[in-house]
Amino acid sequence: MSLFRAEDIAIRFGGIRAVDAVSFAVNQGEVFSIIGPNGAGKTTIFNLISRIYNPTDGRLFFQDHDITAVPPYRIAGLGIARTFQNIELFANATLLQNLLIGRHCHSTVGVLSQVIFTPAVRRAELKHREKAEEVIAFLGLERYRDTLIANLPYGVRKVVELGRALCVEPKLLLLDEPSSGLNVEETEGMGFWIEDIKKDLGITVIMVEHDMNLVRMVSDRVMALNYGKVIALGTPDEVQNHPEVVRAYIGGEA
Amino acid sequence: MEDAARLLQLVVNGAAAGCIYGLIALGFVLIYKATEMINFAQGDIMMLGGFFAFALIAHFGLNYWVGALIAILLTAAFGFALDAVVLRRVIGQPQFAVVMLTLGLGFIFRAAAGITWGYDSVGFNTPFTNRTINLHGLILGQDNVSIIVGTVLLCGVLYLFFSHTRLGVAMQASSQNQLAAYYMGIPVRTVFSLIWAISAGVAAVAGILLSPVSMIDVNMGFLGIKAFAAAVLGGFGSIPGALVGGVVIGIVEQLAGYFLPAGFQEVTSNVVLLATLILRPQGLFAEIAGKRV
Amino acid sequence: MRYLFKTDYRQDTTLWRHRGDLFWYGLLGIVLLAIPFVLSEFYVGELGGVFVFAVAGVGMMLLAGYTGLISLGNAAFLGIGAYTDAILLTHGVPLLVALPVAGLFTGLFGIAIGLPTLRMSGLYLAIATLAFGSIVGTVFQKWDAVTGGFDGFAVPAPDIFGVPIQNATGIYYLSLAVLVIVLWFSANLLRTPLGRAMVAIRDSEISAQSMGIHLARYKTFAFALSAFITGLAGALFAHYVRFLAPDAFDVLLSVQFVTIVFVGGLGSLHGVILGALFVRLLPQFIAIIRDDLPYGIGRMPGLEPSLYGLVLVIVILFEPGGIYGRWIKMKRWFQAYPLKRRTSFRRQKSYARSERLR
Repeated sequence: MSLFRAEDIAIRFGGIRAVDAVSFAVNQGEVFSIIGPNGAGKTTIFNLISRIYNPTDGRLFFQDHDITAVPPYRIAGLGIARTFQNIELFANATLLQNLLIGRHCHSTVGVLSQVIFTPAVRRAELKHREKAEEVIAFLGLERYRDTLIANLPYGVRKVVELGRALCVEPKLLLLDEPSSGLNVEETEGMGFWIEDIKKDLGITVIMVEHDMNLVRMVSDRVMALNYGKVIALGTPDEVQNHPEVVRAYIGGEA
Repeated sequence: MEDAARLLQLVVNGAAAGCIYGLIALGFVLIYKATEMINFAQGDIMMLGGFFAFALIAHFGLNYWVGALIAILLTAAFGFALDAVVLRRVIGQPQFAVVMLTLGLGFIFRAAAGITWGYDSVGFNTPFTNRTINLHGLILGQDNVSIIVGTVLLCGVLYLFFSHTRLGVAMQASSQNQLAAYYMGIPVRTVFSLIWAISAGVAAVAGILLSPVSMIDVNMGFLGIKAFAAAVLGGFGSIPGALVGGVVIGIVEQLAGYFLPAGFQEVTSNVVLLATLILRPQGLFAEIAGKRV
Repeated sequence: MRYLFKTDYRQDTTLWRHRGDLFWYGLLGIVLLAIPFVLSEFYVGELGGVFVFAVAGVGMMLLAGYTGLISLGNAAFLGIGAYTDAILLTHGVPLLVALPVAGLFTGLFGIAIGLPTLRMSGLYLAIATLAFGSIVGTVFQKWDAVTGGFDGFAVPAPDIFGVPIQNATGIYYLSLAVLVIVLWFSANLLRTPLGRAMVAIRDSEISAQSMGIHLARYKTFAFALSAFITGLAGALFAHYVRFLAPDAFDVLLSVQFVTIVFVGGLGSLHGVILGALFVRLLPQFIAIIRDDLPYGIGRMPGLEPSLYGLVLVIVILFEPGGIYGRWIKMKRWFQAYPLKRRTSFRRQKSYARSERLR
C-alpha cells in the first residue's frame, strides 16, 4: 500500500501545462526524489500536494484518502508537512516561535481557555515546548533558539525550515530543494539528516533536488520530469542513465 | 426632453468631477506602481498646486497659461524634493509606515498652506470661468468641459511618455524590481523622485483645472478620499483604469444625488469602494499577480 | 547587567521575565491605585482618558501589530461601542452588563467587516476599513432616531452597585480595571498558539496555511477581538465625554489610534501605553505652550493636527520603533556601558519587499 499516490495530476496556467498527466506512488518509509531542469514543474507538484494550487485534472491520494479537494490548512493536520524553496519563515519571530507555530496543528485548546491562559493551556504549552526542543536537539539549533529569524544566516534558515516542518510530526515530508544555497559540507549534513529522518523518525520523504550527489546519497527512487511530464521513474542509477534524462539535462545529438 | 437634458447635464458634471478624481487617482497609481507607497497626501499636493497657481496668477498677475505652467513645474519640483528629502528614507520600511508618513505630511501641508494663504477660499481668473458652450441647445459650463478636455490631453501625453520614451520604460522597470533595475544601471532613486515629480505635476493640473468650478481652499485635499475609490475601481495598477474609475464614480455620485433621497450622495463613493473591494478587488482593469513559492 | 539563567521551560511561559519585572510592575500598580488620592481631579480625569485610549490602542495593536491587518476604521468600532452602551443605559441596563454587551455587539461588526475583507491585503484592507469607517460615521450622523444625530446623545450617569461612577475618579478606576484585563488577555494571547497564529499570518500567509492555520478563521477572529476591545473602549469613552456627537468618530480619530500604535512602538503592549500617553497629552502640551510660541503660530487653527503630522513624520523617519523602541535602546545602552559602539543600533539597509506578491 502506498502512502501517497498521484493519479494523472495536471495543472494548467493559461496555455501552459505546468504539470501534465503525472502519476507516481510513494511507499511508506522511502525517500523519493523528483529531479528535472528548471521549470519542469517540480515545485508546482509540491504546491499541488500541499493544496496551494488546485489541479485542473487528476487526483491525489494520501493513505488512500482522496485529498484532491482538501483545503490547504488541513494538510498539516493530515500529516503532510513541507519546506519552501525560497524560505518562507516568519521573519519577525524567534526560531523557537517558528518551531512552535509548526506545532499548531496539534493544538487542542479552545479560544477562551487561551485568552485566560488556564493551567491546561500551560501544560499544553510545555508539552509543545518539549517536542520543539527535541527537534532543536536533532538539528543542533540550540544556540539560535531565541534569535530572530531575520538575524540568522541563510544556511541556518534552511535548517529551521526543516525543523519547522518536523515539528508538524508529519508522516510525509516534502522537501523543496533542501540543499540550494548550501555549501558542500552543509549539503552533506543535510543528507545525513534526511537519512536520520527516514531511519530514526520513520518519516516518508519526497524531495525536489538538483544536487545529484545528494539525490544518489539518500534516495530510494527517483522520478525525472521535463516540461511537466514524467520522463523516467526508477532507482537513481536507472534514471541517471536513462537516455531521455540525459537528453533533457545535457542535450542530445541534433 | 427636459429630463434628458437635465440628465445629460448631470452626466457632464459628473464626468468633470470624475476627471478630477481620476487625475488625483492617477497620481496615486503612478506612485504606487513605482514604489508601492500610497501617498495619502496626494490631495493636499493638489491643493498646494492650486495655491501656487493662485499666488502666481492672482497675486503676481501673471498670464493664466504662463502662471499655470509655472505652478505645475513648481509643484513637480516640490514632489521631487519631497521624495528626495523625506520619502527616500523610508524605502524598505513596512507599507504601513509609509502610509502614516504621508498622512502626517498631509497634515503639515494643510497647516503650511493655512499659514501662508489663510483659511478662506480663494480663486483666480481663468479663460473658462463663468462661460458656457452651446451644444445643440445644451448649455455646458466651459469650466467643466475644460476639465474633461484637459484630462484627456494629459493622459494622452502620459501614455506616450510611458510607452515610448526611455525614461518611461525605466520607470516601469524600477517599479517592478528595484534591485534588478539598479543592476541594469538605472538610477532608481532619481527615477522614483521623477515619478513623484510627475505625480505632483498631475495633481497640480487637477487643482488648476478644478479652480473655476470650486474655489481653492485648504481642505480641498479631502477629495483625495474619493480618488481612492476611483483608483481602486479602476484597478490599482492601471493608469487608464484610474481615470475610468474616477469618471464612473463622478457620474454615479451625481445620479445618486438626483435619484436617491438626501444624504445618500455622501456615502456613494465609499459604498462603491467597498463593493469593488469585496466583489472585484482587482478593479475593472485587473493587474493580478501571484507569488511563486 | 542581569543575566537570565533559565532552568525550566515554565520560565518561558510566564508573563514576566524575572523577579525584577514583578517588583516593578507591582510598584507601578500601587502607584496607579494611589494616584486619585494624591493628584487633583483634573489630572485624574486626564489619566482616565489616557486609559480609555490605551484600551482602544490595544485593540488596534492586536489587529495591526500582531496580525498585520491595518485598519483605518477603528473609530467606527469606538462609536458603535459608545452608542450601544449609552442606549443600553437609557433603557436601564446596569453598567456592568452594558459594558461587555457593547463590546460583544461591536465584535459582531468586527466579524462583519472581517469576513468580506479576508482576501484583501495591506493597502486594500486599509482603504476598505477607511471606507467602512466613513460609512458608519455617516450613519451616526443621519440615523437621528437612534443616535440623536447632530443634536448629540447625552450619556446617562452610571453606577456600579449604587456607587456613582460618572466622575473623574470613577472613570479612572473603571478604565484602569478594563485596561488591565485587556492587557492581560493580549499578553496571554502571545504565549499561546492563537497569538502565534496571528503573528504567522502577519509574516507569511502561505506557510501559515501549510502549518495548519485556517486563515479565514483567524483573520476574522482578529477583527472580532479588536472590535470587541475597541467597543469596550467606546463604552468607556461614552462615560468619559458624557455627551456623544456623531462627528467625533471620524477618520482623524482612527488616525489617532494608529498613531498610538505607531508612536508607541509597533508590536509591543508597552508601546500602546506610551503611545496613548503621547496622543492624549499632546493637546494639553500644546495648550500650555500655545501662548509662548513665536510668530503667532500658537493662534493658528491647524496647529494640533499639524503637530501630529510632524511627530508622525519624525517618528517614522528616525525612530520606527517608537517611544518604546527608544526606551529599549536607552536601556541597552546603559546595560552595555562602556561597551556600546556607534553602530550598535544602526538600521540595516533594506530593499522594499514587494507586497504585491505576498
